[in-house]
Amino acid sequence: MSVRTAPGRAQPAPPPADIAVSLRDVYLSYQSKIVLSDCSIDFRRGQVTTVIGLSGAGKSTMLRLINGLRQPTRGHVFVNGDDIVGLDERELNTIRARMGFAFQASALFDSLSVFDNVSFPLYEHTRLSRAEIRDRVYRTLDAIGLRDVADRMPAELSGGMQKRVGFARAIVNEPEIILFDEPTTGLDPIMTHVITDTIKEIQRRLHPTSIVVMHDMPSVYEISDNIAMLFEGTIIEAAPAAEFRRSRNPIVQQFLEGSEVGPIPL
Amino acid sequence: MFRPSTYLRALPQPLPATRRFFEYAGGITLLFFDSIRYIVTLRFRPSEVIRQTAFLIVESLPIVLLTSGFTGLVISLETAQSAVQNGFDFVIGGSVAYGTVRELGPLLTGIVFAGRSGAAVTAQLGAMVVTEQIEALKSFGASPTKVLVVPRLLACLIGMPMLTTFADIVAVYGGYYMAYLQAHVSPNTYWDSVNRFIDFGDFEKGLLKAAIFGIIVALVACYEGLRTEGGADGVGRSTTHAVVTGIILVFAFNFALSFVLFQ
Repeated sequence: MSVRTAPGRAQPAPPPADIAVSLRDVYLSYQSKIVLSDCSIDFRRGQVTTVIGLSGAGKSTMLRLINGLRQPTRGHVFVNGDDIVGLDERELNTIRARMGFAFQASALFDSLSVFDNVSFPLYEHTRLSRAEIRDRVYRTLDAIGLRDVADRMPAELSGGMQKRVGFARAIVNEPEIILFDEPTTGLDPIMTHVITDTIKEIQRRLHPTSIVVMHDMPSVYEISDNIAMLFEGTIIEAAPAAEFRRSRNPIVQQFLEGSEVGPIPL
Repeated sequence: MFRPSTYLRALPQPLPATRRFFEYAGGITLLFFDSIRYIVTLRFRPSEVIRQTAFLIVESLPIVLLTSGFTGLVISLETAQSAVQNGFDFVIGGSVAYGTVRELGPLLTGIVFAGRSGAAVTAQLGAMVVTEQIEALKSFGASPTKVLVVPRLLACLIGMPMLTTFADIVAVYGGYYMAYLQAHVSPNTYWDSVNRFIDFGDFEKGLLKAAIFGIIVALVACYEGLRTEGGADGVGRSTTHAVVTGIILVFAFNFALSFVLFQ
């Protein structure tokens, strides 16, 4: 396998083929604030891995590193075997074409209708005809139960519907990797259930490598094959979901129990 | 081992204001050349250019018409009475048209355009930054320059000369109305004076100025919008910066262009 890497960078050994995304010794700081420090984690191909952690721990930043929206201060980010750190925008775009990103606040383009929002990645990355795009968009909206809102503007939708349209936009070109940034934050329990069901349905239908950032533990247990915890800029525990729940790490246990007492400073 | 950064750190650092100036000028220049790259390779949506042109013209047109109309009226008001009293009624139309077509038409339209349409563009893009829409665009591999800047740049490039044409017409007609009403200058005298003082070349040069002002306003507005930081407060700050910088640059370029085109 030929590994793409930025010119002039030492080429580390790529991760094995069953690892879709891998962060190796990633360090990221903004001025004096250290966001990630020697952070390493592997995301298994075709599985759902959820990253949990305190607010402001750097989870969303990690997703942006994987998409190439941020560059680490040092370290390596492998996506499908390519080290994407230092690649130019054109090379990053070929990698992004196989990736979907569902943002925390949906980030729908507010001047475009739901249909135009969902069709946007198809116009950018494919050479499908208008009829094929129309078909694909309606199929995707059907899958998440939102066919009826295709002509509406994002401002006319509820928060939960906007999240689902964001999902539709992220999955419409059937990406190999999907990044979900806090998909259930700010939603009521019923909508949270709808969203977790939608993620499970996407996983069942497309089998992507899903990387989810989330705090809501019942939803985390429901959707995850693997769980990792980010604490003070580094991954302190990463394991299959059942094993993770039995972790003896006091920080993990305090977080899972939602307890005020323990090593996590309040 | 030779480490350039060590030696660079030892060199005297430029003052923060100087550095900010060059960063700003460099950023605008890069945005301009990045946009040109997409324009010459025709990688933009014409429908979006038309939509933006219509939007920006509609935004600014009423204010442009009002300001240019009143400007024509006031020039005529100031000159007509004394010109007629001193037997110079044949210069009234010319003075209104000369000042308007070569200077005030493009300049006032540029200022209004920076304040109205430029502010709208910055606020729109700034809001897109704070609601993660720009990051979403990039995450799908789309360039914000291609999708957002190029249509607005072309819209301003097309829209400004159109608005300036309207401004010129309204100002010269405003001047005629006031000269007729205030000093009873005959239509023939007024329009003969207009024809004698200006030619089509003056009008063309005025439109060239307007087109350049359109590019300046668009680049500043888009640049400020795309580098918005923070929330609603940041959008407000960017919009204010864009309007102030846009107006100052319109004045500065107006002087430079008048020097080059009319001297």
